[in-house]
Amino acid sequence: MRDIAVVGFAQTPCVRETDGTTNGVEMLVPIFHEVLGGLGITKTDIGFWCSGSSDYLAGRAFSFVSAVDAIGAFPPITESHVEMDAAWALYEAWVKLLCGEIDTALVYGFGKSSAGQLRRVMAMQLDPYLVTPLWPDSLGLAGIQARMGIENGLWDERAMASVAAQSRSAALSNPLAQLSGEVDADELLALPYVADPLRRHDCAPITDGAATIVLAAGDKARELCERPAWITGFEHRTDSPSFGTRDLTTSPSAVAAGKAAGAGGVQVAELHAPFTHQEILLRQALGLGDEVTVNPSGGVLAGNPMFAAGLARIGEAARRIHDGTAQKVLGHATSGPLLQQNLVCVMEGRE
Amino acid sequence: MTRPLSAPLDVGFDYTRSLGPTLGRFLSDLRRRRVTGIRGSDGRVHVPPLEYDPVTAERLHEFVDVTATGVVRGWSWIPEPLEGQPLDRPFAWALIQLDGADTSLLHAVDAGSPDRMATGTRVRARWRNERVGAITDIECFEISDEPADPPTEADDVTMVTTPVNLHYTHSASPTEDPFLRGLMEGRLIAQRCPVCEKVYFPPRPACPVDGVPTTDQIELSDHGTITTYCVVNVPFLGQRIPPPYVSAYVLLDGADIPFLHLLLGVAPEDVRMGMRVEAVWKPREEWGPTMQNIDHFKPSGEPDAPFDSYSQHL
Repeated sequence: MRDIAVVGFAQTPCVRETDGTTNGVEMLVPIFHEVLGGLGITKTDIGFWCSGSSDYLAGRAFSFVSAVDAIGAFPPITESHVEMDAAWALYEAWVKLLCGEIDTALVYGFGKSSAGQLRRVMAMQLDPYLVTPLWPDSLGLAGIQARMGIENGLWDERAMASVAAQSRSAALSNPLAQLSGEVDADELLALPYVADPLRRHDCAPITDGAATIVLAAGDKARELCERPAWITGFEHRTDSPSFGTRDLTTSPSAVAAGKAAGAGGVQVAELHAPFTHQEILLRQALGLGDEVTVNPSGGVLAGNPMFAAGLARIGEAARRIHDGTAQKVLGHATSGPLLQQNLVCVMEGRE
Repeated sequence: MTRPLSAPLDVGFDYTRSLGPTLGRFLSDLRRRRVTGIRGSDGRVHVPPLEYDPVTAERLHEFVDVTATGVVRGWSWIPEPLEGQPLDRPFAWALIQLDGADTSLLHAVDAGSPDRMATGTRVRARWRNERVGAITDIECFEISDEPADPPTEADDVTMVTTPVNLHYTHSASPTEDPFLRGLMEGRLIAQRCPVCEKVYFPPRPACPVDGVPTTDQIELSDHGTITTYCVVNVPFLGQRIPPPYVSAYVLLDGADIPFLHLLLGVAPEDVRMGMRVEAVWKPREEWGPTMQNIDHFKPSGEPDAPFDSYSQHL
């Protein structure tokens, strides 16, 4: 198998609302310049482009086609898109690199969540026959899962508040974070419920943003990056969309993806957990002990650009290899309701 | 800088979906105030019924009658319901395991207060009076240990209509904004790419060739050249002009991208590539931030443009 590494990463600030369009061009142009400029290459050095975004989030058809304007796709490029978080676009690009036709790929995701009503838009990912017609909102569904874990003794509201406090504290070191600061779990627990047992701090904020990663193979990766984050395991798994049939207090697909990707022994993990209890659930599912630093960026509780946040987790994890602060890291992404689909990317540095 | 123009954008569509044998049976039965599950490969009874087993992926066939009463297995409380949800007053979302089922159905519980909700609470379906064969035939569940209303007769359904209505704020891009504001004043504002110097009208957020924002603003005249055209002979819903008429690509003088507009004032058989045209504006009091301020184009009477002058813009 070819050796493939994350060699570049850039993301926009996570903000509550941008002035830009829902096709993401205004957010993407600066981060393409940043990531390509940082590597000392131009768009013509990229062999494959792949993106993740959603037309339902954008409220317009083929928004991902308009987004291609941000690339300047001339001469014509090879390009693909997934209607999922861009972490799955990264997986597609990785497979394409494994096939050996190309040596570099640029992956990007973008979402302007502020354009619509995110809690309702998210109902569009549910079973369109029997579930979407009830318009279950994302917070209401997550609340059911949170309560099941509480009543099974897997976590409690204090543990959930502590996850939020830890996220905001960690985000103090992340200049792109939307929410950061020193907060006390007791203060948070005094606030009202938004979807009992969830309070506002238990839910990732509504965020506009975009992220991009450059992948490169073999010698090309070594040429572009002093310490490439070599991908040693990259797996994704899915559970039944029928969430009434599965045990919501765990995530078999996260367990399976973590096991297959070789999550053991990582020093840093960036988890895509849009709700506080899901971070606790994922730590358990991926077997991450207390010795693992989880979400040093603050994670998505500090900023959750839809369809880019999972990709950004992999980028944030890779950064710890690039800057030499870690030797083995994990980036996780989720898609679908209640952690239905999970993706794990394990990366290592080499001397 | 002021924020770019924005406007509400409501997107709606009534999806019509064919149901097939499994969901068709389930929704036909809901219409009859009956609830039907299906037996999985492991013997579990799934409600709602699944077409394929979630573990073995086997096709499932064995329908099982269950009751419209059951027990809450998990719940959350919604203090402020959203559009389209089953109740417009505070309610609980719940996963409900109906008696006779082994898995849970998602629905709303009209509990009045979260204090009345608990995992293990007994609930029953509140049936809608007008049932059409949809999950919303169950209006919601209510806290009760009594049986739900008894079954009735009704015809089978094979389709379900599921309306989707979403609301957005659509923002113009920073380059579309001066274009739209210009139109309100009867001006045609284009943008030029600082790299390749191509002039875009309407402007785009970034030059699609160079991937850089188009920062140079220029004003164009309302005269141009027809690069190509078609004669519309087919009537369609919403058509504003009786066919035949001409839709033409107009390349404004100084622009590099033509746009589609209506051409009037000339018989379809007399239209030709290279024909010179000018804008016919609506009365000023009807102007808004829209290209519809130009009612149509008409021949300007100038001599035809030579082919070489627009051959790169086809």
